Amino acid sequence: MRDGGAVLPVVADVVADPSTAARAGSLAHEAWFRFRRHRLAFLGFVVATTMAAVVIAGPLVYRTPMDALDFKAKLQAPSRAHPFGTDDLGQDLLARLLYGGRISLAVGVSAMLIALTVGVIMGAAAGYAGGVVDHVLMRVTDLFLSLPQLPLLLLVIYLFRDYARALLGPEAGIFVLIVTVIGGLRWMPVARIVRAQFLTLREQDFVHAARALGAAPGRQIVRHILPNALGPVVVAASLDVAAAILAESTLSFLGLGFPPDIPTWGRILFDAKDSLDHAPHWALFPGTAIFLTVLSINYVGDGLRDALDPRRVIGR
Amino acid sequence: MDEYGIRELVNEVHRGRLSRRRFVGIMVGFGLTAPMAATLLGPSAARAQRRAAFAPTKRGGGGRLKLLWWQAPTGLNAHFATGTKDEDAARPAYEPLCAFDPDGVFIPILAAEVPTLQNGGLSRDGKTVTWRLKKNVQWHDGTPFTADDVIFTWEFAADPATAAVTVTAYRDIDRIDRIDDHTVKVVFKEPRAFWYDAFFGVRGYILPKHILGAYKGANSRNAPPKFIGTGPYRVVDFKPGDSVRYELNPNYHIANRPFFDIVELKGGGDAPSAARAVLQTGEYDFAWNMQVEWDVLKRLEQGGKGTLVNVPTGNIEHIQLNQSDPWTEVDGERGSVKSKHPLFQDAKVRAAFALLIDRASVGEELYGETGKVTGNFINAPSRFLSKNTRWEFSIDKANRLLDEAGYKRGGDGVRLGKDGKRIKLVYQTSVNSLRQKNQQIVKQAFAKAGIDLELKSVTASVFFSSDPANPDTYSHFYADLQMFNTTMTSPDPQFFMNQFVSTEAAQRANKWAGRNPTRFRNEEYDRLWNSSDKEFDPAKRAAMFIRMNDIVVEQVVVIPEIWRNRTYAVGARLRDVEPSGWDSTLWQLAYWNREA
Amino acid sequence: MSRYLVRRLLIAVPALLGISVVLFGVLALAPGDPFSELATNANVPPDVAQHLRATLGLDDPLPLRYVRWLVAMARGDWGYSFQSRVHVDELILQRLPTSLFVIGTAYVVALAVALPVGILSALRPYSIFDQVATTLAFVGFSLPTFFTGLLLILVFSIRLDWLPFIYRADLDATGVRWLVEQARQSVMPIAVLGLFQGAVLTRFVRASVLDVVRLDYVNTARAKGLSERRVVAKHVVRNALIPVVTVIALQVPTIFTGAVVTEQIFRVPGIGSLLISAVLASDTPVVLAITFVYAVLVVLFNLIADLLYGWLDPRITYA
Repeated sequence: MRDGGAVLPVVADVVADPSTAARAGSLAHEAWFRFRRHRLAFLGFVVATTMAAVVIAGPLVYRTPMDALDFKAKLQAPSRAHPFGTDDLGQDLLARLLYGGRISLAVGVSAMLIALTVGVIMGAAAGYAGGVVDHVLMRVTDLFLSLPQLPLLLLVIYLFRDYARALLGPEAGIFVLIVTVIGGLRWMPVARIVRAQFLTLREQDFVHAARALGAAPGRQIVRHILPNALGPVVVAASLDVAAAILAESTLSFLGLGFPPDIPTWGRILFDAKDSLDHAPHWALFPGTAIFLTVLSINYVGDGLRDALDPRRVIGR
Repeated sequence: MDEYGIRELVNEVHRGRLSRRRFVGIMVGFGLTAPMAATLLGPSAARAQRRAAFAPTKRGGGGRLKLLWWQAPTGLNAHFATGTKDEDAARPAYEPLCAFDPDGVFIPILAAEVPTLQNGGLSRDGKTVTWRLKKNVQWHDGTPFTADDVIFTWEFAADPATAAVTVTAYRDIDRIDRIDDHTVKVVFKEPRAFWYDAFFGVRGYILPKHILGAYKGANSRNAPPKFIGTGPYRVVDFKPGDSVRYELNPNYHIANRPFFDIVELKGGGDAPSAARAVLQTGEYDFAWNMQVEWDVLKRLEQGGKGTLVNVPTGNIEHIQLNQSDPWTEVDGERGSVKSKHPLFQDAKVRAAFALLIDRASVGEELYGETGKVTGNFINAPSRFLSKNTRWEFSIDKANRLLDEAGYKRGGDGVRLGKDGKRIKLVYQTSVNSLRQKNQQIVKQAFAKAGIDLELKSVTASVFFSSDPANPDTYSHFYADLQMFNTTMTSPDPQFFMNQFVSTEAAQRANKWAGRNPTRFRNEEYDRLWNSSDKEFDPAKRAAMFIRMNDIVVEQVVVIPEIWRNRTYAVGARLRDVEPSGWDSTLWQLAYWNREA
Repeated sequence: MSRYLVRRLLIAVPALLGISVVLFGVLALAPGDPFSELATNANVPPDVAQHLRATLGLDDPLPLRYVRWLVAMARGDWGYSFQSRVHVDELILQRLPTSLFVIGTAYVVALAVALPVGILSALRPYSIFDQVATTLAFVGFSLPTFFTGLLLILVFSIRLDWLPFIYRADLDATGVRWLVEQARQSVMPIAVLGLFQGAVLTRFVRASVLDVVRLDYVNTARAKGLSERRVVAKHVVRNALIPVVTVIALQVPTIFTGAVVTEQIFRVPGIGSLLISAVLASDTPVVLAITFVYAVLVVLFNLIADLLYGWLDPRITYA
């Protein structure tokens, strides 16, 4: 059992034939309609977009610098001057959270997208094609599952840091590396979920029907199977965002993450841990920020899952 | 009183015309503390056996002692130690001939007495040391301890095939003559002022010939995991990377010691929680090396279950300025000794940088009582401490110097180099929360002087790696500035000061194994360092090291920041705990006891 | 079926060889040095570290080192730890019981929480119970274990002074007292791990039960007039647990590698703490041995999961 950045287990859900799948053209429209009626999901969507908006626009409005040291004001509880209080170097926590939020959210979402894209492609290919392709792809998945993550991270960052830095600059370079590494090590569960779904779905009547009607494999996958396989994938993806935000904090801890003067949420939380009994506000705000993000993204995921499952009775 | 006057007095004592006590009295009159005065007498002056507050009438009866190290010991042969943790975990079981007390004074352990000129232990030519060993000392298995074990330890450690980390202490020994069962004569290849290295402290643990005799050189890795020593405690169980359990040695060579029946040394975890286990919950009796922000430690101490104890060492947290150019290749090598740093060849820039280090804030806000702010590279023992250096923090003066040097500010306030480009310097260190905060304090001051610093932090195992292929190590120094802590493991700066000798410059030719990462080159420095080990007058020798210190500080090759203490969390009831900054933390564990 | 099994096992051999090549390459190329601690000690000459590198064969060409390792491994020689100068298998065996006990128990706890909570949540989706369970699951999931662990220590060890927070492999007690002491020192690490893992599992159990609940045959069962309890027990849970069982099978290997952060916080001498200290110290033989055993387990349990899945869900055919 791995903590801190769990390798999510694989789940294969059993989904019956959704008779409406053939009318895929109206799927998106219908899904949005269903999604909006899912109150919690909509709330989650609002919270998530608000958070994103705040961290993007916040630093433009809230002008307190995030790296000004002030030892006279260290570890202060929230006050007028420092709405979220200060850390042990007297730096303004609100400013740091706003700045760090951009990075944490970007890392979480981008890593999730990478994991999802790779995972769905691998899983769909293996599950649909079966046979030799399936075997080869699944062994590749095994290989990635069994790779030691820590030395691999060290290696990748060590080999490519200077290159990425020269190409994109110190911050963007390390961002791309970190996102690639986190996403690149998290696609395997998604691949296994998708493959398991495909194994069941491809034998089902509506797919047989599509095949009999002459649908090309690509069309079968994208139009008929994939939409029905999305449920658990969406759940895994929403968990992945959280896991990526947390994984970044572990990286910062090991000195492999962003440069030490860049305050990501995970890093602020880590720095705050030894003062937890004395200055709880320091940990409270980044902890809440991560929690709210994860929770709202999850509800969005739940909503999407229900919305994408055409037979689902809409929540009360 | 000047250096000459002190030297005269020291000589008087050594010739036996002035008593130690009288000398200390005179020096105290000049405002020195007594231990400082005692160290002025130099290494050949041994102090009488220390007296502990507690004088037991029998061995044992103390129950269990629980020690907490946040790094776990991985081996119990200190000649292969990969860190202090191993030297400490070995110390309850293994002993050297002599130990160093907190003042750097020699305390005989397996030796019957400290060799001196007076007792004939040291020869006038500085080439031989005659050791008289304690009689009636037994190894844990009952075998008697003799001169053969001392000779074997030398043979073991000096063999390059053994690859012992203590090899420098032993490889300059030409031969060891066995005078009798309990006397040996050590003959050095050349006169050696720093003779108190072999058989001393953590580098001098004596190994049992009857156990390890067959496992010398390349065969040493096959030695059986049998840990037989002479120390106050016997190893009962050793779990590498986790814990060691010891029990009282009933035949220990000091009467009525030790006190505890069982000692348990647990390793692993992190420093703050180790401090909690001693200071807040009292779950453990003693925790080692609290490298934690002082504010945090102080708050934990309010738990009331223990106190913090600071012990001075010679360790120095410092910033180095790269003397070579890390960004241009010369003959295909970055940071070549042939190159000059484009900015740092200007003395005004270097002086300005020294003015930009806010040592007071670093000291007060981060290190507190776990270190002292300093302007010197050598800080201890006190006879090597320079009084000639000054330091201050002034952004104004630094700005003026940089203006004078011709580095004008660009549109965004950042200064431009001679090539008209913004100056952006890379400042690297290892991952450590104190160092990362230190980096931020430095960065802020530099920004106010129009210098943009890019901070880089490298995992410690990479930063201190000896891998020649890795560009991120401190010895490659592919950055403009770097910060780390250099440890001084014996109370003598001979090896410590090789970090600025030109022949030690780390470069491709020596696979970056040289000890001088700044690639500083200075003829006067080289000359001083090369002759210091041949200088037998302690006062003259001290003056040489003071001069070396002044050269590297005045030329701003290094900017010393904090003279580090080793900080321990000690349970409230523990008594007679006296860790030494020059020896293992557990060097006098036999005397530790607990209030009832 | 048995032909499928044999074929899978035959494929596993080259797969594992491939994995071992990649593992070896990654570890050999990764930066870091087992002797970095010696670097700042001015008394240790650099040639000692270089000599050690040479005697441990670190300067030899990679293919040679790989072949040497493979041959030794095939003969049952797991190699020799750079750090502890002890055989790797001894090190691992020393840690295994603690690891299995702490992580295994945590896993059982996680299941014991996740199954009922996940099922109840799914049976009453969006009820108060479901909302609370979901929120708690996400609290558990969004707080890193280094944080929850510390929180527990602050409350139960420091404020209340109920539990010790340093795990000791050698307890100085026997009999019933040993059991009590062992329980006291294991509660917090197990809770931290169990809750984190439970949070994740709850989400998956809920998801798979939700999928079954709305299937036609469940409605059919209800229409037949079966009691709700019987419907849930016989028809919903049994089918929903098919994927959960495979999840569990896939998780077994991770029990072996341990929980790095939690073991670190509570100083549990398990395989996880061995792995992390070996990684940080670049003790390659130890890292290699642990990760390779892990890889073998992953391949093995993937096979078991596939077999289980095919056995439990007859619609899948292994042609």
